[in-house]
Amino acid sequence: MKLKSLALRKSFNLGATLLMATATILVLLPLGIIFSHILKMGLQSVNLAFFTNIPQPTGVPGGGMANGLAGSAIMILMALLLGLPVGIFGAIYLTEYGKGRLATVIRFSADILAGIPSIITGMVVYTLLVVPMHGFSALAGAFALALIMIPIVLRTTEEQLKLVPVSLREASLALGVPMWRTSLKVTLRSAMTGIVTGVLLAIARVAGETAPLLFTALGNQFWSRKLTEPMAALPLQIFNFAISPYEDWHQLAWAGALVLVVLMFTLSLAARWLGRSRHS
Amino acid sequence: MNCKVQIDKLNIHFGQTHAVKDVSMDIAANSVTAIIGPSGCGKSTVLRSINRMHDMTPSARVSGRIILDGSDIYDRSLDPVSIRRRVGMVFQKPNPFPAMSIYDNVIAGYKLNGLLVKKEADQIVESSLQRVALWDEVKDRLHRSAMDLSGGQQQRLCIARTIAVRPEVILMDEPASALDPLSTLKIEELVEELKEKYTIIIVTHNMQQAARVSDVTAFFYLGEMVEMGPTKKMFTTPEKKQTEDYITGRFG
Repeated sequence: MKLKSLALRKSFNLGATLLMATATILVLLPLGIIFSHILKMGLQSVNLAFFTNIPQPTGVPGGGMANGLAGSAIMILMALLLGLPVGIFGAIYLTEYGKGRLATVIRFSADILAGIPSIITGMVVYTLLVVPMHGFSALAGAFALALIMIPIVLRTTEEQLKLVPVSLREASLALGVPMWRTSLKVTLRSAMTGIVTGVLLAIARVAGETAPLLFTALGNQFWSRKLTEPMAALPLQIFNFAISPYEDWHQLAWAGALVLVVLMFTLSLAARWLGRSRHS
Repeated sequence: MNCKVQIDKLNIHFGQTHAVKDVSMDIAANSVTAIIGPSGCGKSTVLRSINRMHDMTPSARVSGRIILDGSDIYDRSLDPVSIRRRVGMVFQKPNPFPAMSIYDNVIAGYKLNGLLVKKEADQIVESSLQRVALWDEVKDRLHRSAMDLSGGQQQRLCIARTIAVRPEVILMDEPASALDPLSTLKIEELVEELKEKYTIIIVTHNMQQAARVSDVTAFFYLGEMVEMGPTKKMFTTPEKKQTEDYITGRFG
């Protein structure tokens, strides 16, 4: 084999390095553009009123998205109540008990469910809950969010449970601890930080979901008093204000976008930090 | 002889593999029985069948009988959990619960089962750790993580955890193979002491260890039990040629 000349090799090396550097920049660029733009547009409108007031008619100053923030929090909380048990117990079933056909079916269904566009989830919940209940409601919104959450929680929990060494399960079983107690008290507990990380990421994911709420929670310009009423949500308000023709509402939409992005950043950072502290 | 565990025509399959073939052995109460043999001879597989650990492996099929104090542990009416409370197990690699303190590891058998009376806990922890000669080394840091202990200490902690639930039989699966010589010595001394109260079955790779700690030795080869007899006799005048070849280091 003939060796290439040193100069040729060096220039090839330089070319490859430049290519990779460009690719890296191209990956980071969109994030930078999005964040800096939202920051520029939204920062001036994020004030105390944004967090304490409900939206005002156009032209009236001091409008906020307090009801949207609260609505998002309430619906995410309800979605967690519905989705976490299903996701986590489903994952325990998959890793600890399910070895046969059923497990394969569940795993496959979860993957399909995760891939379904969220607007379709919204439409299905519309026919399942909104139509029979004769109205849009926070309940329906939470249910749609839960459906989106379940496959995420299920698969991340499953991955985390698989990482728990068999030797720990055996240690517990050999002490005469029944399988179900071993699953809950040893396996699940050992995987807890990883699962929490997964749940935080799932929250970050659904916090920004707009489409499944359009047909379910609908949105609300005021405070909701009941879970059976339409409820405001941050992404819905951003959507409604952004498509309105009024400049002051646009401003509010930018502020909402900024708050939402910061929230998701925080959640992702928290998740990463948790994940890292576990490994060190 | 007071027979504690009687294995009768035990066969174990994993899918198509016939891992243990027609093994029968009688194990006396308060004795140490060593199972030796080259890797893959089925010795760990036999050991794990005595507390029904194979129940967790879907492909495993166990036939034959294992009689513990007169009743077959594979009887359908018996719950594997109740068997495992009577037959404890120490594993090859020390496996303390990483999220628990030393103290909690010792009483893990009670805690995980939701059985613990607080008053008794201190006493159980102290006596179990005394028994494995770990008390003096850890009594000042009982509430620190068990992962701070050395490998040998961790293994003694695992033995303490096993005896804390007062089993009748203790299975040991190469308990010292991951440890240094000094820790190994401590474990061996411990085995010697524990046989006063428990019946011990120990799987080991290390023939010298079998010779040192056991009363009876069984030699396994290719899933079959070749020979079983008093340790002294097995290591001086074995009956089978295969046993002699293995013990003198001609193969394995």
